[in-house]
Amino acid sequence: MDAIIIQILNGLDKGAAYALIALGLTLVFGTLGVVNFAHGALFMLGAFCAVTFNKIITWPIQPPKAEGQLFAPPAKPWFEYAFGDLGASIINWSVPISILLAIPVMLLIGLAMERGLIRHFYKRAHADQILVTFGLAIVLQEIVKKFFGANPLPQNAPAMFNGTADIASWFGLTDMFIVYPWWRLIYFLFSLLVIGAVFAFLQFTTYGMVVRAGMRDRETVGLLGINIERRFTVVFGIASVVAGLAGVMYTPILPPDYHLGMDFLVLSFVVVVVGGMGSLPGAVLAGFLLGILQSFASMNEVKGILPGIDQIIIYLVAVTILLTMPRGLMGRKGVMED
Amino acid sequence: MSKLIFNRRGILKVGAAGGVALAAPMHFVKGAFAEDMSCNMPTGDTVTLGFNVPQSGPYADEGADELRAYQLAVKHLNGEGDGGMMNTFTSKALKGNGILGKKVAYVTGDTQTKSDAARDSAKRMIEKEGAVMITGGSSSGVAVAVQGLCQEMGIIFMAGLTHSNDTTGKDKKRYGFRHFFNAYQSGVALGPVLKEEYGTDRRAYHLTADYTWGWTQEESIKNTTEALGWETVATVRTPVGAGDYSQYITPVLNSGADVLILNHYGKDMVNSLTQAIQFGLKDKQVNGKNFEIIVPLFSRLMAKGAGDNIKGILGTTNWNWSLDDDASQAFVKSFGAEYGAPPSQAAHTCYVQTLLYADACERAGTFFAPKVIEALEDFEFDGMGNGPTLYRGADHQCMKSALVVKGNENKQSEYDLLKVVKVVDRETLTYDPAIFGGDLGPSDAKKC
Repeated sequence: MDAIIIQILNGLDKGAAYALIALGLTLVFGTLGVVNFAHGALFMLGAFCAVTFNKIITWPIQPPKAEGQLFAPPAKPWFEYAFGDLGASIINWSVPISILLAIPVMLLIGLAMERGLIRHFYKRAHADQILVTFGLAIVLQEIVKKFFGANPLPQNAPAMFNGTADIASWFGLTDMFIVYPWWRLIYFLFSLLVIGAVFAFLQFTTYGMVVRAGMRDRETVGLLGINIERRFTVVFGIASVVAGLAGVMYTPILPPDYHLGMDFLVLSFVVVVVGGMGSLPGAVLAGFLLGILQSFASMNEVKGILPGIDQIIIYLVAVTILLTMPRGLMGRKGVMED
Repeated sequence: MSKLIFNRRGILKVGAAGGVALAAPMHFVKGAFAEDMSCNMPTGDTVTLGFNVPQSGPYADEGADELRAYQLAVKHLNGEGDGGMMNTFTSKALKGNGILGKKVAYVTGDTQTKSDAARDSAKRMIEKEGAVMITGGSSSGVAVAVQGLCQEMGIIFMAGLTHSNDTTGKDKKRYGFRHFFNAYQSGVALGPVLKEEYGTDRRAYHLTADYTWGWTQEESIKNTTEALGWETVATVRTPVGAGDYSQYITPVLNSGADVLILNHYGKDMVNSLTQAIQFGLKDKQVNGKNFEIIVPLFSRLMAKGAGDNIKGILGTTNWNWSLDDDASQAFVKSFGAEYGAPPSQAAHTCYVQTLLYADACERAGTFFAPKVIEALEDFEFDGMGNGPTLYRGADHQCMKSALVVKGNENKQSEYDLLKVVKVVDRETLTYDPAIFGGDLGPSDAKKC
């Protein structure tokens, strides 16, 4: 039982990352009709916002080498020198604080990407869109590799979130052993917050209402004198920010490297397809569903019966769902069917 | 005026005499002709070596360090710089005037840490760029693939970082040579230290990268720990490049195991170790003992990626820059002066392999591959950082010392990540080559 509960938590946590990436991906597809293979790269760029912020505030001040010493002694971050305890606290909290850097940076990157490149491909075939965005993703990751190298760069969660939460004791289950890392729980809650904010924005604001209307019928909204393209550009920026935030907060879980986006991209596309192309609730539902299924399939008991199932479960479920529900779990009629 | 008469008898006479005249010199020069047959033997003023390292992909940083080491080796061979380990190497055949008087040049390839890409780049360097020897790489899968190609093409392969038993075991080749230690030797080296540090009553859980290196390391470490009396709770294979290992780590929590052995390397190891620590495994108590994590194969570049998570974790390594013998220090000084940072173990093995190949050519007095192979086989040397070393002829595996290391808890510089716990001598690590089977195959020279 303990193992099952832990795997559910695992699945929710994994699903949170899938859902956040898939949400932006399907948002872009639903509004602009663009299949954006560079979306994983946005997740990676978000993670590197956290890395960059950390590098800036921990820029080393190098004590001089002693005579006869071949390599210099350990350096100290300049923020600690300049601001003492406050500087040390900011370094400790650098990952959550870097959200403040990631929001404007990712918004700008998103807007530049959409205005500079992707808008020229609106009316082109999906295959062209896939090729150009995939190429863009490779260019972005090679740029990151050039500046940060190929090795993973570990980022620490704030010290108070190190270690694990004794979840069994919260519910008085003293005979069970259910622990889970604090930061992963924080990530799950953070993802719910971001997903909730995106839904609230689309559901409860006039801006969001217009965007939703545009997703349904772009031409009619245009005939009403609304510049729907500009709004969709903003939506692309928002999708970039969502992917970026997902990346920032994921850095203490998985030390980021330049390839991080590609690792998530394929799975996120499966999530979008299973959820239904262009369906926001579908992406979130499929994200969590596939995350949980993947976790269960990795249990030794399951693999004992079906060896290798952990590596194919997601694709197996995708095939099954697409055979029985061709539009995905919550796909709308007419999307991607022309 | 004489008349040329064509009749049957005349033609037979002239034909027979001509045949004898043409065949006679061949009797005297046939040895020289065969020697010319060795692939890519240099004819001009330079000899070209092929450095096949990962320049992209997950091991690109390790590949960059290998390339730095190769460039330094080329400099030293050509008589530039301070000579590095050429000054400490017990064989004095190298003179700093290239190899056999020919200036050393090099070409590079990108393995991408993919077998197909690595074979393609090696093939290109051999067929189009005239490389007489191929060396490098950071993966056993790649090493086995390139070694097979080199055997087919008759080009000597001096392996880079490859730790699978298979490289010089079941997949060994006459044209392939490995200086780096292997998984079996890691197990033998680690055993006594594990017994001393963690006792004989332990329950181990393995997470293993699902490819040749992971399998052989799991087998070797499992044999070692079971011989100590440890119980193996489970051996779980994980896909290479899995990223998120949480679903593989959570079953460890309730498995009753008190030791987690991570048979992962590079980015996989960084991720699995980081996540194991996030799940509180290092702070856990099981069966009345502290939970322990072991990483049987360490590298400094990996340790850097894992950050503080590496502290106190035991593993093995082929060589470390902190060794204080003359040879290691000569190399570290030379490399540090050139690049401003100490070399990794991958850089060390690549540098040494280049000098060993050059030295073998000098001692053989030729680039003719079968003769160079003969010169390398059962070659005894010292002064390369691992103590007295034998390039064993039976499997082309170097028999030498290796290190048991621990993630440094009190580092003195940003590179001081691994603390040497024990230097395990060559005699302890020497084993019977027959245990891994395989067949070296022929050393016949090949046409390119």
